Amino acid sequence: MHEMGIANSVLEAVRTEMTRYPGMYPCKVGVRIGEMAAIDQDALRFCFEAIILDTDLASLELGIEVCPRRHRCQACTEEFVVRDYNSRCPKCSSLETTCVSGDELELAYLEVEEYGPSTVGAKSPQ
Amino acid sequence: MDRVPLERKVLSENDRLAAELRERFQEHGVLCLNIISSPGSGKTSLLESTLASLPRNDHVAVLTGDIQTENDANRLKRFHFPVKQITTGGTCHLDARMIQRHLEDWKLEDIDLLLIENVGNLVCPSSYDLGEAAKIVVLSVTEGEDKPLKYPSIFFKSSLLVLSKIDLLPYVPFDIEAAAENARKVHPEMEIVKVSCLTGNGLHEWLMWLEEKRRVHQPLQKSTT
Repeated sequence: MHEMGIANSVLEAVRTEMTRYPGMYPCKVGVRIGEMAAIDQDALRFCFEAIILDTDLASLELGIEVCPRRHRCQACTEEFVVRDYNSRCPKCSSLETTCVSGDELELAYLEVEEYGPSTVGAKSPQ
Repeated sequence: MDRVPLERKVLSENDRLAAELRERFQEHGVLCLNIISSPGSGKTSLLESTLASLPRNDHVAVLTGDIQTENDANRLKRFHFPVKQITTGGTCHLDARMIQRHLEDWKLEDIDLLLIENVGNLVCPSSYDLGEAAKIVVLSVTEGEDKPLKYPSIFFKSSLLVLSKIDLLPYVPFDIEAAAENARKVHPEMEIVKVSCLTGNGLHEWLMWLEEKRRVHQPLQKSTT
């Protein structure tokens, strides 16, 4: 259950990033999680919601993009998604394939919005 | 609304510290291995057998992680090598900062081999780089042979699988070939050794693997000091 630590790291990154955008607030943070990264999506979401509750970032949304395990064939350079641990190249049947992605645990993007008179649920910096 | 790309690791702070550690290990010729398994698979026993087989003047040190107690460090101190317990107080894995902190009063130039026993957990430790040269996963024959498929991340990231407690094979319905096959499904290049720390069976293969890792690591060793 290390998703709490992961959620904290995501939130810290958001706060750090937001210092570059004065007068704006974050609406959504996007993360990429590989299926080999040993991160449970539901647990991460649960932890994230728990730590933003009753803070100035309570309305921050978490976007999770799950990345499948992808291999590249050393023989024919075909890139393909590995399903059910079958890493044989679907094009040339070679077993000489190497993993190119699938263990991501990355911050992908941040959506920011300007504070305005109609801003609801976000604190104005003034 | 603006969308700005972030494009960095979630655990970038841990990764930064781990990269620093890795650089220091390389500079001082330290081979660092991170040993991971479920609780009770035999990490500490494997370390006991390993330390017992090494010459007294070998430059080996051990960091052993647990949520509570100094029990493992006490077990391992009997072999007269430097051993330090990392008590995480609830955290289910070791991170690079804990390693950095616990290495503070050790001189890396006096260490050739640093063995890190992670907290017993097959999931969380796989996300935290400790600056190690390789991860080793231990799976005992009293567990399920499908564990590599159920917990793929750690098997995917480990260089070596140690199948432990093989002395129990006659008494448990564990298909050791199926376990090896499952591990290689997740990680085709996985090296595998089968050991019993109780009878000593297979320990030779493990020690040979370790010896080979140390030999390959040697060229950098102490050359800069």
